[in-house]
Amino acid sequence: MSLSSPLPPRRGLRAWLTSDTPASRFQARLGRYYATWRALSSNPLTLLGLAILLALVLVAAFAPWLAPFAPNDQDLANRLAPMGGLHPLGTDQLGRDILSRLLYGSRVTLAIIVLVAVISAPIGLAVGTIAGYFGGWVAAVLMRVTDIFMAFPRLILALAFVAVLGPGIDNAVIAIAITAWPPYARIARAETLTFRNADFVRASIVEGAGHWRILMTQIVPLCLGSMIVRVTLDMAGVILIAAGLGFLGLGAQPPTAEWGAMISTGRDYMLDQWWVAAMPGIAILLVSLAFNLLGDGLRDALDPRKRRS
Amino acid sequence: MPARFLRRLISFALTLALTLFGLLAVTFVIARVVPIDPVIALVGDKAPADVYAAARAHLGLDLPLWQQFIIYLRDVLSGNLGSSSTTGNPVLSDIAHTFPATLELATYAIIVGIGLGIPLGVAAAVWQGRWPDHLIRVVSLFGYSVPVFWLGLVALLVFYARLDWVGGPGRLDIAYDYIVEPWSGLLTVDAAAAGEWDVFWNAVSHLVLPVALLAYFSMAYIGRMTRSFMIDELGKEYITTARVKGASEARVIWRHALGNAAVPLITVVALSYAYLLEGAVLTETVFAWPGLGSYITQALFDADMAAVLGGTLVVGASFVALNIFSELVYAWLDPRARMK
Repeated sequence: MSLSSPLPPRRGLRAWLTSDTPASRFQARLGRYYATWRALSSNPLTLLGLAILLALVLVAAFAPWLAPFAPNDQDLANRLAPMGGLHPLGTDQLGRDILSRLLYGSRVTLAIIVLVAVISAPIGLAVGTIAGYFGGWVAAVLMRVTDIFMAFPRLILALAFVAVLGPGIDNAVIAIAITAWPPYARIARAETLTFRNADFVRASIVEGAGHWRILMTQIVPLCLGSMIVRVTLDMAGVILIAAGLGFLGLGAQPPTAEWGAMISTGRDYMLDQWWVAAMPGIAILLVSLAFNLLGDGLRDALDPRKRRS
Repeated sequence: MPARFLRRLISFALTLALTLFGLLAVTFVIARVVPIDPVIALVGDKAPADVYAAARAHLGLDLPLWQQFIIYLRDVLSGNLGSSSTTGNPVLSDIAHTFPATLELATYAIIVGIGLGIPLGVAAAVWQGRWPDHLIRVVSLFGYSVPVFWLGLVALLVFYARLDWVGGPGRLDIAYDYIVEPWSGLLTVDAAAAGEWDVFWNAVSHLVLPVALLAYFSMAYIGRMTRSFMIDELGKEYITTARVKGASEARVIWRHALGNAAVPLITVVALSYAYLLEGAVLTETVFAWPGLGSYITQALFDADMAAVLGGTLVVGASFVALNIFSELVYAWLDPRARMK
């Protein structure tokens, strides 16, 4: 780490955070967060991704105050209005304000992302760490199941599950989560294998810690870094699959303002009122791009081995 | 060495069998928990109890689940995927009709994707941190982030509706339908074989947009992976050796480095091809392309479970087959993988 001044002041919060000899666990942990943040914030593209995602959260939280209209308010006299004026992004085929629907749609997108992450990441983490830690036939069975789910094409499997469960956001989330966990399991297992026989794990065993305790206090925390990177990068794909299901009419059902479904309805008016389909597409692109940017930045910050490539 | 290779082959075959078995188990479970009662679909909900029971027995639904699964396994292995309730045909023959359309799309796309992705990836690795590198990063980042169906719609609007440079949705203009006898199902091949060049060029004009779209996504993936493999290779000592002994820079890059990077690239290409078969679902919907993806989605809306599951099984099996194929080639080409 290069410092701008040859004789930096060695006092204050920064010195405390970057200290080589942290006096407490708390200080060490904060110091690590600080170092990660420094690495993250040195990349402008990562910050851009982070900013877009923060904006998404804020928009989702304050949609009723930000949106000029209610998302499902119809104004049939004013159908397919062009952009500008009262409706900055125009109106759709029922005279609903597209900007308002986009803003409310961010809630659906955010909900899908959070739910998929909350469901699939712990499953993958559990399967992977248990397989990696215990090895033997446990690993053989778990990883074979993982391979089988990996072998399924994601979108098709999600389609098949939605076909069974019926269309809707809830079922789309379940379908995506079922197809999302296998890569996490593989990563968690690979990580676990690298330190399963490390001294600190043996020390724990000698101290008399049970398997469960070792898994939770030693193994899982060390897997979190690469999991966070992978989940962040994956969310870009999850958004695209969710939007794809919505586009096919298998995700969010009308009149819910969901971006993929909005593209699907805008499709009929593509020739003369292109903005109806174009705007939600741009929204999807932006959010997906943000996850990719943030994920790339996180990978560089959390995994020094990959910083070069 | 051959014995080791043989053992690996057997282990692959076992993996393949096991994975396919799992695939079948999942589709079977899906088919059994589906809320549509196939018996009612057959006899109607006003049927007397004895007719219902007879139909149920006829479908084999009164047997225990494990027996049903064995019957299902036997049927699938003998090529019987059931009958589609909408078209009335056996699902397998429906798929045989629709799959070539998807295959044609995906195959041209992967050829273009390799043709552009590998040189771009090599350029990005050689000029790391310079503009070719930034270019491919932006191109692939956009490829990872854009919804394929949306980009397809935009491309149709611009290049078909506004500029009229390419053919629109579908595989052919109506005027060219039914001229060429389908033989391989790949329209370009059939038309060229029959010497019907009008049909050929019409088919090409319809292929351009969806192929360009799918090729873009595989190019983004292949290019990015090529870049990272090439950076790894170019940093190794044998490259220095090659340079020291006076090999030209072109030879060092294309023969030495790419030659070694090609081994893991095979996996990437196979995976990318598999994704194309899947990615075709949304692309086909946008371009009204009568392939497997359209077939599955249409069947989904008609609650035609035999067709949905048959299609899922075929795509899943191609996925598995491509995975195994790439691992085999990998093991064959890479001596380190053979040693394990």
